[in-house]
Amino acid sequence: MLDAKIPSGPLSEKWDKHRFELKLVNPANKRKYNIIVVGTGLAGGSAAASLAELGYYVKNFCIQDSPRRAHSIADQGGINAAKNYQNDGDSIWRLFYDTIKGGDFRAREANVYRLAQVSNHIIDHCVAQGIPFAREYGGLLANRSFGGAQVSRTFYARGQTGQQLLLGAYSSLMRQVGAGQVTLFPRREMLDLVVINGQVRGVVVRNLVTGDIESHAADAVVMCTGGYGNVFYLSTNAMASNVSATYRAYKKGAFFANPCYTQIHPTCIPVHGTYQSKLTLMSESLRNDGRVWVPKATGDKRPPNQIPESERNYYLERKYPSFGNLVPRDVASRNAKAQCDMGKGVGETGFAVYLDFKDAIRRDGKDVIAQKYGNLFQMYEKITASNPYEDPMMIYPAIHYVMGGLWVDYNLMSTLPGLFVLGEANFSDHGANRLGASALMQGLADGYFVIPYTIGGYLAQMDHTEVTTDHSAFKEATQYVNEQTGKLLSINGKRTVDDFHRELGNILWEYCGMSRNDDGLLKARKLIQELREEFWKNALVPGLSEDFNQSLERAGRVADFLEFAELLVMDAFERKESCGGHFNEAHQTEEQEAMRDDENFCHVAAWEYKGDDTEPGRHKEPLVFENVELTQRSYK
Amino acid sequence: MTKSINITLNVWRQKSAGVKGGFETYHAANISTDMSFLEMIDVVNEQLTLDGRDPIAFDHDCREGICGMCGAVVNGRAHGPEEGTTLCQLHMRYFSNGDTIVIEPWRAKAFPILKDLAVDRSAFDEIIVAGGYISVNTGGAPDANAIPISQEIAEKAMDAAACIGCGACVASCPNASAMLFAGAKISQLALLPQGRPEAAQRALAMVRKMDELCFGNCSNERECEAECPKEISISNIARMNREFFKAGIGSAVM
Ligand SMILES: Cc1cc2nc3c(=O)[nH]c(=O)nc-3n(C[C@H](O)[C@H](O)[C@H](O)COP(=O)(O)OP(=O)(O)OC[C@H]3O[C@@H](n4cnc5c(N)ncnc54)[C@H](O)[C@@H]3O)c2cc1C
Ligand code: SF4
Ligand code: FES
Repeated sequence: MLDAKIPSGPLSEKWDKHRFELKLVNPANKRKYNIIVVGTGLAGGSAAASLAELGYYVKNFCIQDSPRRAHSIADQGGINAAKNYQNDGDSIWRLFYDTIKGGDFRAREANVYRLAQVSNHIIDHCVAQGIPFAREYGGLLANRSFGGAQVSRTFYARGQTGQQLLLGAYSSLMRQVGAGQVTLFPRREMLDLVVINGQVRGVVVRNLVTGDIESHAADAVVMCTGGYGNVFYLSTNAMASNVSATYRAYKKGAFFANPCYTQIHPTCIPVHGTYQSKLTLMSESLRNDGRVWVPKATGDKRPPNQIPESERNYYLERKYPSFGNLVPRDVASRNAKAQCDMGKGVGETGFAVYLDFKDAIRRDGKDVIAQKYGNLFQMYEKITASNPYEDPMMIYPAIHYVMGGLWVDYNLMSTLPGLFVLGEANFSDHGANRLGASALMQGLADGYFVIPYTIGGYLAQMDHTEVTTDHSAFKEATQYVNEQTGKLLSINGKRTVDDFHRELGNILWEYCGMSRNDDGLLKARKLIQELREEFWKNALVPGLSEDFNQSLERAGRVADFLEFAELLVMDAFERKESCGGHFNEAHQTEEQEAMRDDENFCHVAAWEYKGDDTEPGRHKEPLVFENVELTQRSYK
Repeated sequence: MTKSINITLNVWRQKSAGVKGGFETYHAANISTDMSFLEMIDVVNEQLTLDGRDPIAFDHDCREGICGMCGAVVNGRAHGPEEGTTLCQLHMRYFSNGDTIVIEPWRAKAFPILKDLAVDRSAFDEIIVAGGYISVNTGGAPDANAIPISQEIAEKAMDAAACIGCGACVASCPNASAMLFAGAKISQLALLPQGRPEAAQRALAMVRKMDELCFGNCSNERECEAECPKEISISNIARMNREFFKAGIGSAVM
């Protein structure tokens, strides 16, 4: 059975106790340890900087040309913390409880409590770094409320919170580069993990400019490679977001947990054409002031301003009087889909609902609304050529975030000793659904405040036999990577990689998206297998391996998505309940809400790779709730 | 309303750093005006791939105007004709049927071309390494509300902090100066009380680094401000200069 290594003792004392019990690495010894950090997002950037500050020598890798461009840069809405600056009843316990409940009771109590505990330190540290958070007139920090919470605990920097937090982590990282503690390797893609004598001891990466395959050895590897939402092709993730790093770790023995927990965000700009390359999120903070509605009559094609109040259905406010437009994402998304499936959807395609700011503008004035959301409104107008100050926005759900990821224990270590996984790449804190403004919190908690302690506990007791890149394991990994690249370039088929990716996305969205059923999942699995087979016969990957070859990069990622998608679908199939972002149609309440099966599924599903032609194994980590009572989530 | 247009592209193609490049012409038919500029290049690239030709290399990631990865000079203007817009946020509705569009990479000594439209901007990272941070280690910070900061100052700092590091300011400056980029970071940190203790030292180190990296000087052409997709104000350059002078050795760079 999987051991999460959760410390004993009362919830609120576990982390302190654990920190005391963890072995320490003597300061003078720290510089003898090399740590590889893959990824420079909020998780990777903060981890690399903090580990370097402690004296470890860090090598830090990313795909983009600069660490400052990781996908985290795009976060709009904000970051939560239990500061209770608003005196509105917030506390560590409340943040903990909201996160556990928001995750539909599928996360670990101990991890989530620790997350809530360290949340306050994150804000302190970020302010000290010079992050220009929004402030009140008196000069103190401002807060807003965010989907799924009834207190105002979200800190923000206009609609660019992720940008500012990431640039903060980046600046700390660059300071360590200057100090010689961190060496950066941008424009590198990790393509394999190297395991020697049962310990993870390095990575093999491709230099995306020259095509060279490079080997790097270390004492531990910290993977912070983000989420796999792009398996759906269209998502709000950045274009380079991928599953390759985590999937290849899975193939080397790290268990993959809950791949079917994917989050669909309710407020994105609707799809408008087949050429579309990605979807754009409109921060859910907009739901604080925007009201969601559809026309009451089916097929009402009048322009929104001509539809009188009495003929509008503000369905979230009506159905969930206490949370209204602020219900969690999964609930908001499913309700939007339900309205559109009933034919109430608006816009050219009928797959959109309105998000209306008319009342907020009337109440607060245009200036106040512009100050809060100006850049979002501008972005919306740039994309759609429609002005949200005049006409309501049109929105529709889209894939946005994944709760699933590599399985990790309380120390954030995977099932492979020496491989730590942080940020969106792990599965740890959000259960089956993530609340708004909590991914930033988790990424930074993991990087600034958890890994600096837990990695020491590992290093202090590992087998520290010197390993160099001359070791045969590096040669084998390099050979594997070269073979894979050679195969891709020699298929010479007739269909572009993007075309395969698009089709894969359609399959997943159709059968494994907002709502799922057994027949659809079985069908999806078969379609994915067929598509994968066709890919290896008919994909067209131009160019050479020893070159700046973006087609080859994409081909490698899509090849991994085509394998991983099947795991995602299998996980969805095996979870015979509905919880959070996983909605199985056979398991719903009379009011069409997700219905959990706590008796049989109150566990984490962690998948073990057993070979290309063998079914993966499904392991369980039971979730034990000692401090909260499992209830049916209700936002009424 | 959505329309389709036919356009001609003149695109800079260069196989790798240091080799000779040149323009090549492509025709793009049935381009929806709702497409973004990069989606238009995607469509052209799909066709090039199917025709057995090398697709155009270009950097991009977020496609939301925030990561700063994209960028090219379009018809002589960095990030194209729309003000306050990155290339990924530029839409084809700003072009007309029959247009010819010239697309080139950023051109600056400090940003060598890697391939086609992709350039190496690591010099920007080096400027930040020189001092674009506040020296604070994880763990020791006081309560976040311990230092009140007026809303006005916080907003000004945020205006400067909005820089996405795209390099358009350098590409559009006749001197290939990085003053707007560096000025934005120096201003953000100098405005905030947390950044004051190191303000002078920071300005000095970052300005020196710029010189060392072959960025040019500022001769007040204001092209950077006009082309900056985040509308970073050149008042940040003035603030940087003030900090630099306070550090005591102005004449070397001005
Ligand atoms: C549009 C949008 C808005 C969001 N807004 C919010 C918000 O307001 N609040 C909130 O809390 N959360 C928000 N989120 C979620 C949040 O952005 C992510 O969960 C979080 O940024 C993930 O951070 P990360 O550090 O784990 O990974 P990322 O930021 O995705 O970083 C991944 C890093 O790994 C590198 N990498 C990936 N694969 C490889 C590889 N194979 N080899 C080498 N390097 C690799 C990348 O180069 C990158 O540096 C938002 C997400 C989106 C899409
Ligand atoms: S100042 Fe403007 S143009 Fe220059 S790098 Fe920053 S955002 Fe780009
Ligand atoms: S792709 Fe990120 S700013 Fe254009």
